[in-house]
Amino acid sequence: MIFKVCEQEELRRLFDILAADNTVVGPVQTGLDRNGSALNAFKPVADYTNLNLGYTTTKLSAKSYFLPFRESLASFQIDGNDWQKTVDYHCDRPIVFFGLHACDINALNKLDKVLMGNTYPMPYYAAKRKNMFIIGIDCQPQPFCFCRSMGSDTVLHGFDLFITDIGNRYFIEIQSATAYNILARIKTRPPEEVDHLQYMAIAAHKNKQFTSRVDTTDLTKILDMEFQSPVWKQWGDKCLGCGTCANVCPTCYCYGVEETVDIGLRSAQKVKTLYSCNIVDFAEVAGGHNFRSERHTRLKYRYYHKHRGFVEAYEESLCVGCGRCGEACLAGITVPEVIASVRGEES
Amino acid sequence: MDASQAQNRTYLGMPLARPRVAFFELSSCEGCQLQIVNNEANLLDFLSLVTVVNFREAMTEKSDAYDIAFVEGSVTRADEIERLAVIRKNAKVLVAFGSCACFGGVTQLKNRFKDPAWVKKQVYGDRSIQTNDTARPLEDFVSVDLRIYGCPVKKEEVEKIVTHVVLGRSIVQPKYPVCMECKENENTCLFDLGEPCLGPVTRGGCDSWCPNSRFGCWGCRGPAEDANVGQLQVIMKQYGFTEETLLDRLECFGGFAKDAEQLRTNMKLSPRRHEGTK
Ligand code: SF4
Ligand code: SF4
Ligand code: SF4
Ligand code: SF4
Ligand code: SF4
Repeated sequence: MIFKVCEQEELRRLFDILAADNTVVGPVQTGLDRNGSALNAFKPVADYTNLNLGYTTTKLSAKSYFLPFRESLASFQIDGNDWQKTVDYHCDRPIVFFGLHACDINALNKLDKVLMGNTYPMPYYAAKRKNMFIIGIDCQPQPFCFCRSMGSDTVLHGFDLFITDIGNRYFIEIQSATAYNILARIKTRPPEEVDHLQYMAIAAHKNKQFTSRVDTTDLTKILDMEFQSPVWKQWGDKCLGCGTCANVCPTCYCYGVEETVDIGLRSAQKVKTLYSCNIVDFAEVAGGHNFRSERHTRLKYRYYHKHRGFVEAYEESLCVGCGRCGEACLAGITVPEVIASVRGEES
Repeated sequence: MDASQAQNRTYLGMPLARPRVAFFELSSCEGCQLQIVNNEANLLDFLSLVTVVNFREAMTEKSDAYDIAFVEGSVTRADEIERLAVIRKNAKVLVAFGSCACFGGVTQLKNRFKDPAWVKKQVYGDRSIQTNDTARPLEDFVSVDLRIYGCPVKKEEVEKIVTHVVLGRSIVQPKYPVCMECKENENTCLFDLGEPCLGPVTRGGCDSWCPNSRFGCWGCRGPAEDANVGQLQVIMKQYGFTEETLLDRLECFGGFAKDAEQLRTNMKLSPRRHEGTK
């Protein structure tokens, strides 16, 4: 691992260098909510001053840039009795992510395992994922963040650079050769002992900020044991079946595919749309039978996929503890509270 | 229709059915039919798939021989009940076209007044007009084969349905609530902005039309499948909205008539809320 330190102004230069040839996507403040708190979103940014690098969180994850909510898998031009198929992975130019938190980079690493690590990788995802340059940035834990419980508060790979604000200068961790070469174009210096100490002090301070947690000890077994627990019904009664939790989640990847023909019968499309296991017809099959017609069985499924099935398959959870689903859920259903209730704890 | 238009189309060599289609309006603003005619480019494509035999907004000829009847509007007069029965008899497939036909729509707002005579006086003054006391959806009088929701219907959705009918494909309408498409459109949730929204309980398919413009949903497409209206009531309260605010929205298009009735009972309001004299 290579570390560097740069002055704050140098980050702007780095931005300008990257923005000259690439689409840069970063956190931008989009407005204020009803309590006067900042609303942030990942948006394409052309001007460094529009970046809000000190952002707390974003309502939606950055998912739409690598798993778009709606994406054409193939289009067909119809010509008499013949047709021409076109496949486009929708990746015209690399994307630079300028300022992803550790949880969101960990989310990408998890998606990589599912979407690229198997026998049939998903080219639509891989094309975009392979054409990314990621700059991670340190964060301040919010009341809803439980990434530390999920082991996602730090990130070990899957990015190019990770920067930490250590007071009027940035501590930089370099993970890729591309990053090393680009950094050569701005002014950096090797860190000194005082920088190490400052970095460690900031990390220690951050660790004390976590207030929300999930106890994952033996969680797969406990979920097995508590499959019939009455708490599922209680949470299910609240659930709106709205799919918002999956839509804001950086790791939910489920989708449906629809084939449509345009009204002129000149072209057809095969379109993929992200879906959610909480939606009423998620487990509906041909013939109309619905394996999970009741809300609580669907809500439960979301937890079993994230905290049991995925753990058994990959030895890690499919939740990075970003807390977005709980924040976005109008019914106030949060991961820490649901897991605590299954464990029979007061949350 | 001229001869060239009546010719059957093919799709990848497959001959296609060419249904005879008729449009009718009962009590409505004709806004749903307008959705069909307001895109001229697609209108030609539409006309090349079906034979339109009755469409007051676009043509003068008329015929009673049709396969599919698109019926817009609610039933508010005695003669409409008779017309609807005839349409039902003639049509193989009867489509409730838009929220008025599906649920009563905006016209059913009059149902909540206690005194129909007062309503009539407010609306028509001294003119003598025959209207029923309540505005009803088509399904209260005839069997309905397909419902196309929306106030107005969404043109893209209608075109998709017609294309699927012609191609012999099944028609799948969204069962999920508006929130699904609202998130896809990356809108800020209106509740976060301090405004109410029926999106979590209303059937999607409108591409979150209203939230896209920062207006909360009023439920024009009726309930999503498995809509949890009880929980939305709890949420509205938590966010500081009155039961009246929720009731106004639930009552607006008629799709949530049962829930509105339930809420009125809970609020200890008379079943027909307004005295009709205020
Ligand atoms: S848990 Fe919350 S966000 Fe998820 S579907 Fe249920 S109500 Fe919607
Ligand atoms: S399940 Fe919730 S907390 Fe976990 S990664 Fe998804 S949005 Fe974040
Ligand atoms: S099954 Fe549910 S929890 Fe799992 S990825 Fe799909 S939507 Fe997310
Ligand atoms: S604005 Fe309305 S439709 Fe959109 S997410 Fe919020 S509640 Fe759902
Ligand atoms: S957002 Fe609601 S009121 Fe607006 S068009 Fe959609 S369903 Fe109708």
